[in-house]
Order: sequence, then structure tokens, then C-alpha cells
Amino acid sequence: MSKSDWAYLSNDLIYASMAVCALAFVTFTYELAWSIKVGAGAEKTTINRRAKVLRIAQALTILYFLILAVAVFSRAISAGRVPWGNMYEFSITGALAFTFAYLVASLKFEVQWLGILITFASLLTLGTAITLLYVPSAPLVPALKSAWLVIHVSAAIISGGVFLLANCIAGAYLILERMELKNDGVRPPWAERLPKLASLDHLSYRLVALVFPIWTFSIIAGAIWAEAAWGRYWGWDPKETWAFITWVGYAAYLHARVTAGWKGRRAAWLCLIAGSTFLFNYVYVNIWGSGRHTYSGL
Amino acid sequence: MSISFDTQPPQLTGIGFLRWIWRQLTSMRTALVLLLLLAIASIPGSIFPQRSQNPLKVNEYYGTNPELARRLDALSLFNVYSSAWFSAIYILLFISLIGCVLPRTWEHFKMARALPPLTPKNLERLEEFNEVKTSLSSQAALDWAEAELRRRHYRIRRLPDSIGAEKGFIRESGNLLFHLSLILLLIGVAYGALGGMRADVIVSEGETFTNVATSYDSLSTGSLFSVDDLPPFSIKVEKFTAKYDIVTSAPLDYQLNAKVVDLPGAASRDVVVKVNAPLTFGDTRVYLQANGYSPIVTVRNKDGAVTLRGAIPFLPQDGNLTSIGAIKVPDMEPQIGFVAKFLPTAERTKERGGFSSYPEPLKPILDLAAWSGDLGLDSGIPQSVYRIDTEKLTQIGLAAMSPGERWEIPGGVGSITFEGVTPWVNLQVVRDPGKKFSLVGAILILLGLLVSLFGRRHRIWVRVSENGGDTIAHIAGLTRSPGLDREIKTLADSFEKGSQ
Repeated sequence: MSKSDWAYLSNDLIYASMAVCALAFVTFTYELAWSIKVGAGAEKTTINRRAKVLRIAQALTILYFLILAVAVFSRAISAGRVPWGNMYEFSITGALAFTFAYLVASLKFEVQWLGILITFASLLTLGTAITLLYVPSAPLVPALKSAWLVIHVSAAIISGGVFLLANCIAGAYLILERMELKNDGVRPPWAERLPKLASLDHLSYRLVALVFPIWTFSIIAGAIWAEAAWGRYWGWDPKETWAFITWVGYAAYLHARVTAGWKGRRAAWLCLIAGSTFLFNYVYVNIWGSGRHTYSGL
Repeated sequence: MSISFDTQPPQLTGIGFLRWIWRQLTSMRTALVLLLLLAIASIPGSIFPQRSQNPLKVNEYYGTNPELARRLDALSLFNVYSSAWFSAIYILLFISLIGCVLPRTWEHFKMARALPPLTPKNLERLEEFNEVKTSLSSQAALDWAEAELRRRHYRIRRLPDSIGAEKGFIRESGNLLFHLSLILLLIGVAYGALGGMRADVIVSEGETFTNVATSYDSLSTGSLFSVDDLPPFSIKVEKFTAKYDIVTSAPLDYQLNAKVVDLPGAASRDVVVKVNAPLTFGDTRVYLQANGYSPIVTVRNKDGAVTLRGAIPFLPQDGNLTSIGAIKVPDMEPQIGFVAKFLPTAERTKERGGFSSYPEPLKPILDLAAWSGDLGLDSGIPQSVYRIDTEKLTQIGLAAMSPGERWEIPGGVGSITFEGVTPWVNLQVVRDPGKKFSLVGAILILLGLLVSLFGRRHRIWVRVSENGGDTIAHIAGLTRSPGLDREIKTLADSFEKGSQ
């Protein structure tokens, strides 16, 4: 296959993965709607059937993930390099990393219910990528030709995926807490099988604590690379500035939890604020910002 | 260091008041607030153009919005990261960190030599508690527990009827390492800024650059830097090769082949410089930062004598290297200046005029406008080498030349020959003596972070008591990390197994 064949294959597979992802989303929604309708006192057979629907949705998510993985891989072959050269490629790889983080987390924790959010966010990301951010597959500009691209960007993408997941959980915490407060500590029936508030709170903290060193590493790797490519390791480029702000945000979050004993609502808000600085960096600085990180071909 | 602090200053004067200020500054809350402030203070630098990054954009801002620009400038919003208020925040943070972390490190050292804490009276009130019956005598049971805890790397305090054990000291060590390394990183940044320098020089192919202050086109130095610190190397630019994508004109590869002489009189060595592979001379590195074209021209006066000959660097304006420049010939009567545009692959449309459609010189054209009059070079006002102020000059002719062509300038003042074109490279010379400290600091930050996040701190106590003929071991623990329940369970299990 020629390079352009691989590029076409990649594009087709992105659409295919979106279709499967949409199916998974619909199945998750169906299951959620069902659980809202029948509520807590349902018969055992209904609960079993619902569990089956949830398993189907989960299987569709895995299928979507595999197709997307091949799509990203084909894109890499067509360009002859790692698929992290522009924002379109960051987006499709980011969706892959985000879904991967969810699938791995669902092996260890009870987070299957997050699937509806994950598939929705993936659809949004991929849809934006292929319609607004698409650029043809092309080789890298000289400044990006470095082993640090793989190291720096992969660490940043992993961090982004896990930060986003931690934010989804913090957001779920805030919504569920509100519902419980309104209703004397009782959740609506459909939300009963979701994890307890305390475990949501703990889970989002665990995820941030896990990924904060990776984010730190990503910034350090970026600085080492910048020293080789641009002649300085830190220059307050907009992307660097916002990476620093995100770092400070999550450092404050960890401090607040470990040293000052913050928990629950305040911690969840802090987590969301820090996470939004990451998203802001990705969207604003890439599209409207200036600076040396704008190789994105936009 | 403590989290709570008094908000009311005590009724003290002199030293007491200073001590109070110092305690406020070095409290952890202040350090955290300063860190958050630093993050917030860095935001404007990503919104407004910065002189250190893009001085042209700052000028543009002044052009479109002079009144607002003046006000922003008064608040240093175009120089955020070197402004007084930004510096004030990070210097305070620096002092706060030192005042916070150093005493804590000292405490930690003292604690490291101290024994684990005494056994609490009521073990069953602790968060994890377990009781095991054993056939061993009470002293044998304690011996057993001691051996087992030592095997798990606990530090032990042996008392007559109990054992205190502590592990995970390394968590606080990691925490302190993290904060001390932050200080080291800041020292590296400061030292690099004070003792460093940064300079740019444009060198055309075939020319040699000698690393002395007078060779640079621009130079900025830290206040502790002396020009005697410049390493005396020289670089001869042999060949510069740029490869471009034929369809998109995007650059694919830049490569500079050069000859380097490290010390005057030493033998030269061949080197290759690329965008991600700078040349290194100790703390000084030389980077390949930009490239463009220098048209080679020969200007003769009306008698045919050469008044100017050489490669003149032009400034690229777009990705296809449409370049502008100025050829100034003061040794003519009257003085002549050419406002010039160089097009490596020339195209011409009605709307856009002349422009280049590809960055390689496939169809090079030099567009010239000749002006005569006083160029103002002796006025003492510094001038751009790429521009000519034509206000006091008269235009005397226009020409579009291909390589090898000669143009007789109208009015019989002389001629100009476009001999050809040669590439130039922008070499950036940077000295940063602090970066090795910053690097070590950054690596230790990461190490300290990992240890402090994933190190587990547990305290376990074992007390034995006699009940009838049996010995009962009470095991309990305290923790700030996960995993204590498992630790105590396995200890109790192994107790049962091992003591039978």
C-alpha cells in the first residue's frame, strides 16, 4: 500500500470508529433511560437484562477503540512518523488515550457507567477533528524531528487523557452530591448503582496523583527539547505558560488534599478548575494563540 | 511550618514584629498563595504580545491602539516575565520556600535519629486493630514480631511489653527533596539569567563568523556576564542545504555544514548543525535558527570602478521566502540606495505584484527601485540594514533582474550587476551557565514527587499480654497512606503461622 492509501484508510476508519462509537453511546443512553424508568425496585430479570445491555455497550466501546487504534496507526504509517504532528492528530490520539484510560480503569474500578460520558466526549473530539481540524498527512517540519517528540507528546497526551477522566469523575461527584443534598441523602433510582460519593472523591484524587508526575515529566521533557531546538529551556511561550498554570493548579489540588485535608466539593471544584486550564491550553493556545508551539497546520 | 497562622499582628515592635512578618511569609499558606499568584500573574503574558518573544507584534499593538498600548506598557504588560511585580512574586515565593523548607529539613534530620513513638495506651482505639492468640511466651512473641517488622524495613523501638515500629520516613524525605529541588531549579534559572548571554548573527554561505562581541548583529547579556567569557571559536559556513515539500513548500530539513576552529590557531574540524542538533562549546551553544537569501551584487560608478561588491542578506517575509532588503551604496556621487525584493521562484499577478511561489531559487528575480540622494548613514541615527528611509530621496528607476544581468542605472550614475544568490543562516549564540542546575533540579523534583506521592508511611505497634496460659498479641497501626489494613492483616496472619 502506498502512503496515500494508508492516509485514505485512516480517514475511512475514523468515520467507521465514529459510527461504532455513536452506537455505543446510544446503547449506554438506552441502558440509562431504562434504569431511570424502572428505578430501584425492579425485578431481578430486568436487572440482569440491563446488565447485559451495559455489557453490549462496553463491548461496542472496545470495538470503537480498536478501530480508532488502527486508524491512528494507519495515519502514522502514511506520514512515516508518530501521529503527533498537528492538532488533528493530537485530537484523534487524545480520543484514543482517553478511551484507553477509561477501559483500563474499568478493569480495576467500577466505572462502566462513565461510558456514556466517554463515548460522547469521543464523538465530539473526533467530529471536531475530522471536520474542522483536518489536515492532509504530511512529514514533520525540521523543528519537530526529534526523539523528544515521542517522549514529550506521549507524556502530554497520557496526562491529558487521565486529567480529563479525573475531571469527568469530579463532575459526576458534584452532580450526584447536589442530588443527594436536595433529596435528604437519597439518590434518584437510576443513580443508585453509581459509586458512593466518597469513592468518587477518592478515585479522582488517585487519578490525579497518578498522572501528576507524568505531567511534570512531560513539561521537563519539553524543556529539554526546547533547549535543543529553540536555544532556551523555558521562554514563557503561551503553551509553556499554560502548562505551568495547569501544573500549579494540580499541585495546589494535591496540597489541598494531602496537607490541608480538603475533600469532597471543594476538592472537586479545584480539580475542575485545574482541568479546565489544560483544556484551555489545548483549545485556545492551539487555535487562537501565537507562539512557537503553533506548528499545527491550522 | 504550620498551616494555621495568626491573622492579628502582635503588639510588638522591632525584632518581634520582624519575626512575626517572617513567620507569616514562611507559612505554608503564604507559599501556596504565592504559587497560585505566580500562576495567575503569568496569564497576561500569554494574552498580550511580549517584547521578549515578538517585538514586532508589540509595535503593531502600538500602531493600532497607541493610547491603550501606552497604558499596558506602564503596567509592564508587554514585559510580564521581567516586570517588577512578577519578579516580586517569585522572589517572595523563593524566600517563603526557603524559610518553609529549611527548618523542616532540620526537623526531619532530628526525627531520623529519634526512635519510633511510644506505644499508645489503648491500641484498640486506633484505626486498624487486630488481636492474635499465640502459644509463644510473651518475650518470644515480641522477638518474633520484631524480626518480622525488621524484615519489612520498619524501624523498631523495643519496650518491655511492646514494640513501636515506623516505616515510610522516605515519604517526608521525598516531599522535602521536591521542595529543595524547586529552590535549586530557581537558582539555576536566576544564575542562567545573570551569567548568561544571547546573541544573533547572520552569516552568508562562504563567510566565517568569529565569536567576539563585535561580530554579533544583536547581543543581550546578564548583569554578571563579561564579554571576556566568550569562548574564542570561529565557524566557517561552508554549505547550507534546505529541503522543501514540493507541493506544500513546507520545510523538510535544514542542514548546515561548517568548519569549526575551537581556539585561534587550532586545526579546524567539520561539523553538521541541524535544528535539533546545535553546536556545543561548554556552556555556550550555537543554534541554527533561521535562513534566507543574500543576493550577490556588484555596483559600479559612472567610471566603471567597483563601489560595492558582496552578498547582502535579505529578510524573508513568507514561507516561500519572498524577501525584502536594501542595498546601500554611500560611495557614489550622489549616494544611491536600492529598495529591493528578492523572489527565489518569481511569479507575478496583477493583484499581488511580484511574489515567490517556492522557497528554492528555481527562477530567481531581484526587483529593484533605485533612489538617489543623501542616505543619512552619517546622521548617527541607527538604521535598519533591511530598509531605506526614502523620504529625502528621489526615485530614479525600476528594474527586475535575473542572475548575471547588468542594469545601467538611469541618469548615468553607474550600474548594478546581479551576480547570483547565496543562502544565509541565522546563528544564535546562547550561554546559559545555570541550565545544568535547572536540569538536576528538575530531575530531583520528579524523583521527590514520586517518592512523596507513592511512598507509604505506616506506624505499627505490637503489645503482648498474658491471658491464662496464652499470650495475646495486640497489633494496631496509624497511617496517612493506603495499605495499612493489608500490612496489619499479613502481620497477624504470619504471626499465627510462624508462632505455632
